[in-house]
Amino acid sequence: MSDVRHRSFSLARIAALTGNTFTGLVRLKVFYFLLLFALLLIGSSSFMAELTFQQEFQILKDVSLGAMSIFTSLLAIVAAAQLIPRDLEERTIYTILAKPVPRYEYLVGKLAGVLLLLALSLAAMSALFLALLFVREQVLVNQTMRASAGLPPAQLQEAIRNLKASAFNANLLPGIALIYLKAALLASLTLFVSTFATSNIFTIVVMVFVYFIGHLQATARTYWLESHGGGWLAHAFLGLVALVFPDLQLFNLVDDIVAGTAIPFHLFAPTAVLGCVYTSVYLFFAWVAFYGREL
Amino acid sequence: MIRGAILALLLLGFGALRLPIESALTEQHRNAYFHQAKLSLGLREEIGQLSFLAALSGFRSLVADFIFIQAHVAWERTQWHRVLLLFREATTLQPRSLMLWDMAAWHMAWNASVAALNDHSQPNAALRRKAQRDYFALGKDFLVRGIKNNPDRSQLYESLARLYREKYQDHAAAASYFARAASFPGAPEYDHRFAAYELSYVPGREREAYAALRALYDQGPREHLPTLIKRLKFLEEKLDIPLHQRIPDPQM
Repeated sequence: MSDVRHRSFSLARIAALTGNTFTGLVRLKVFYFLLLFALLLIGSSSFMAELTFQQEFQILKDVSLGAMSIFTSLLAIVAAAQLIPRDLEERTIYTILAKPVPRYEYLVGKLAGVLLLLALSLAAMSALFLALLFVREQVLVNQTMRASAGLPPAQLQEAIRNLKASAFNANLLPGIALIYLKAALLASLTLFVSTFATSNIFTIVVMVFVYFIGHLQATARTYWLESHGGGWLAHAFLGLVALVFPDLQLFNLVDDIVAGTAIPFHLFAPTAVLGCVYTSVYLFFAWVAFYGREL
Repeated sequence: MIRGAILALLLLGFGALRLPIESALTEQHRNAYFHQAKLSLGLREEIGQLSFLAALSGFRSLVADFIFIQAHVAWERTQWHRVLLLFREATTLQPRSLMLWDMAAWHMAWNASVAALNDHSQPNAALRRKAQRDYFALGKDFLVRGIKNNPDRSQLYESLARLYREKYQDHAAAASYFARAASFPGAPEYDHRFAAYELSYVPGREREAYAALRALYDQGPREHLPTLIKRLKFLEEKLDIPLHQRIPDPQM
């Protein structure tokens, strides 16, 4: 007789669920979107040949980071929406939960699988983006050096310094981290919605609305808190929007980072912590909804 | 049913906890110059429903780039009014992009103004000159609004100084804006020099200009540049500086 005691929390079980979820998602060939991302980058950079280097880098960064944001957000929603419905359809959920696996571990493992997928996807996109940025920077530096032959060294150095400053900016990295945190929040929220949704189409549609309303939440909150006119019905509606939906604009700092605004650590840290807290809280809500659900 | 009610309460309770934190963080973001764009209903009519929705959904910068590309095409076709309108939209969407403000001002004050002056479809020279001045003013307006949105960066102060110098020949204003640009950490070294050069052209401020140029000259051979020496020599003559205090003549 084995007398191995069953533990109420096991990292090994969560890791197994995470690995299983990740493998399942990879088999869905979700990484094909990376090809689309690469094509988008190459296409946009070839089009920008006639712009100045500041314009070229700004557009390249905007297109890349915008595409990274939409792809990771979409991937988070679509991947998380089909986790529970697929397990129900394939009946694997019964096999898992028939074993002594608590439901919260099941949810944590599922979410961790999606987060791993998002992290790898974003890392691949970031690598592509930074590589292209580096290549364009080197090409332009060489062109500038050739075109500026004979200029005083101080002027040439100034020109190259300006060019490099327009290309890579260390603030891009926290910007990319916030794209990931927004996607993690959306994945967690999607998992929560999918615990009571009747189908994954319903979950995706709801989450698309949440995505749009989440970006407008700050406006609704400001109007609600500052009590602008419009009657009690409008006021109640704005209040409901502000209370129910998370403010996704808080994680949307890349627009201004690309334009040169620096993100200090004392601003990045609370924003990142807020993203982690939101992700955890929506996971907790998912557990509350899933805890007593009859399967 | 009970679980649904508990969840709704949890969601609302969490919302009530979130609100003050989100408001405070948004305020911190705004103080650090994030989320400065003011997207009004007027802008929606100008850029269209779809672009407005994209801008609201976190793709403000992308929409601004798209509009900038349209403005670039309009510039190639010398459609100046379209260039003006498109740059107004792009800068409203992305007020932190110095490139957009600078480019808009350059198109108006340099390109469109010259085109207006040489526009022989308008036979009246006075009206052509008026149109030229109007474009100067539009360029200046872009830079002034750009500075309002980016008071923490030097580049637009420098651009405004150039505009005052080259388009209005207002050397006092140019000197003042070059000096403002030079006051920023990391601003190009030449801003200090340019501020002093401009001051040397302002009647009544020659002594101030002389002091500034002399201070630069005394920093060492690195500052002994032809224009600086020429302006110093001019001021020495004008202010009748004693011979023993004058800088040596440049070696031929």
